[in-house]
Amino acid sequence: MTVFGVPTQALFGQLLLGLINGSFYAMLSLGLAVIFGLLNVINFAHGAFYMVGAFVAWFLLQHLGISYWWSLILSPAIVGLLGIVIERTMLRHLYKLDHLYGLLLTFGLALIIEGLFRNEFGSSGQPYRIPDQLLGAQNLGFMFLPNYRGWVVAASLTVCLATWFMIEHTKLGAYLRAATENPSLVQAFGINVPRMITLTYGFGVALAAFAGVLAAPIYQVNPNMGSNLIIVVFAVVVIGGMGSIMGSIVTGFLLGVVEGLTKVFYPEASNTVIFVIMIVVLLLKPAGLFGKAQ
Amino acid sequence: MAAESALSTTAAGGGDRNAERTFAIGFAIMLGFFVLSPLAIYPIFLMKVMCFALFACAYNLLLGYVGLVSFGHAAFLGAAGYVAAHSAKVWGFPPELAILAGTASSAVLGAVFGWLAIRRQGIYFAMITLALAQMLYFFCLQAKFTGGEDGIQAVPRGHLFGLIDLAQTMNLYWVVLAIFAFGFLVIYRTIHSPFGQVLKAIRENEPRAVSLGYQVERYKLLAFVLSAALSGLAGSTKAILFQLATLTDVYWAMSGEVILMTLLGGLGTVFGPVVGAFIIIGAQNYLAKYGSWVTIIQGFIFVVCVLAFRRGVVGELGRYLRRSL
Repeated sequence: MTVFGVPTQALFGQLLLGLINGSFYAMLSLGLAVIFGLLNVINFAHGAFYMVGAFVAWFLLQHLGISYWWSLILSPAIVGLLGIVIERTMLRHLYKLDHLYGLLLTFGLALIIEGLFRNEFGSSGQPYRIPDQLLGAQNLGFMFLPNYRGWVVAASLTVCLATWFMIEHTKLGAYLRAATENPSLVQAFGINVPRMITLTYGFGVALAAFAGVLAAPIYQVNPNMGSNLIIVVFAVVVIGGMGSIMGSIVTGFLLGVVEGLTKVFYPEASNTVIFVIMIVVLLLKPAGLFGKAQ
Repeated sequence: MAAESALSTTAAGGGDRNAERTFAIGFAIMLGFFVLSPLAIYPIFLMKVMCFALFACAYNLLLGYVGLVSFGHAAFLGAAGYVAAHSAKVWGFPPELAILAGTASSAVLGAVFGWLAIRRQGIYFAMITLALAQMLYFFCLQAKFTGGEDGIQAVPRGHLFGLIDLAQTMNLYWVVLAIFAFGFLVIYRTIHSPFGQVLKAIRENEPRAVSLGYQVERYKLLAFVLSAALSGLAGSTKAILFQLATLTDVYWAMSGEVILMTLLGGLGTVFGPVVGAFIIIGAQNYLAKYGSWVTIIQGFIFVVCVLAFRRGVVGELGRYLRRSL
């Protein structure tokens, strides 16, 4: 069976791969958007935290024998704490300055973190095995779906939607959105905005680490896994616009799928297709698909 | 960037003539240093410093004087290097034409990137330039003429104007010095022209510049193209110097390096990027044997500069001397 001259098996395979990439784009751009909303900082270290998340999971399994399922909670918690320390000690001093400095600081942090890991582990990847419960595959009739890949898409979708629900439909989320609009007014109502900022940064970073743990069994755990990914995620963020939480989720998944399809029909362009889409969006709708016009 | 602007206004109070004299003295010291230093320092290293100094000065024109954060300037350095190397090696261009071709192609690339990126401001501008540069990186990785991972090697240095043999290191040295001084003066002249004043006005308060009737986008684009072209000049000179054009020069890490040079030397200072380039290239040379420690140390310098040293070396020096350097 073929579609446009491409075997369906290959088509669905790439579609699934695209969906998985999309899960990572969605989780990472969601974290960037949440952080940017409150801190006005573009977190360049996001890719580095994603990588650290994967490494923590690897370390827990390799040296302490702690299973994947515990890592899924522990690794984001550890990386989130790291983020909180960084926010408290460094980022905090930059809020009154130009946005530029937040970007540069987190860029410097990314260089340090990635450099340290490269020093320790070299550039080659560390394998991480798929947890036993998720080995094997389902026959869906038109294709085989490896259990782990299905799990990644489901887990990512759940986390993204839970985050969206929390921000848009809970009291905590309402505070958060209010603080994004007008922090001093929210503070005047007796809400501890600085603490909220710290926790938001910790949460955004933990989200990156969670993505890292999910990625560990698919891609090899390697010090460079975050730095190239983060640039694509930036393009995703420019395409979607950071104004809307649901916007970043939808854009992330959508672009992953588009990238997967490009791999089938025109593989040479698969590296650049997201950047090309970014250019087209900039020409047609400069504020981004879900952004508000400035 | 309030701190930097405070600096420039105090200096302007001292009168234009005073500022011009300060510049003349500073320029003489810098030129004197580069004329005499080959006696004591390895000339290839000094030429590398000058190429990167020009690159950083071109970057500073954009970041320090217009307040535009480009995170993709490696594209202009690297693309010009490829064009210069290809035209010198494959088409047999003499060095002056190869450098010119590299510079021109970066100017065109700058016009395209700038035209796209100035549609968004601030942090988005940075992300767009980064993404565009990464796209160019993938293009260079896959295109035939760039030689992929190998790059373009063994580029002939050739004879300048058919007369001066650039294979002689010291001949090449004076040419590189002349190119650097030319680029440096172009930037100085731009900053101190009426055009440069408008750029600074945009940096300080863009909505106000708009309300005064300036077509801000056109000014930004022109500054972007100029900065890209001068980065291209640096890149093509570097390609002729090292007889090599590689992917390193188009990679995002290079865009980070030029920001670091500018930041460390002093944002919005005329001489800062030169000092920054000297320190960073020197440190890279010195630390080359320690592998990835170079990246870690660079990251550390970034963090320190942002947290505690935002004026940079020359900015602090200028504050101490009460001069705008």
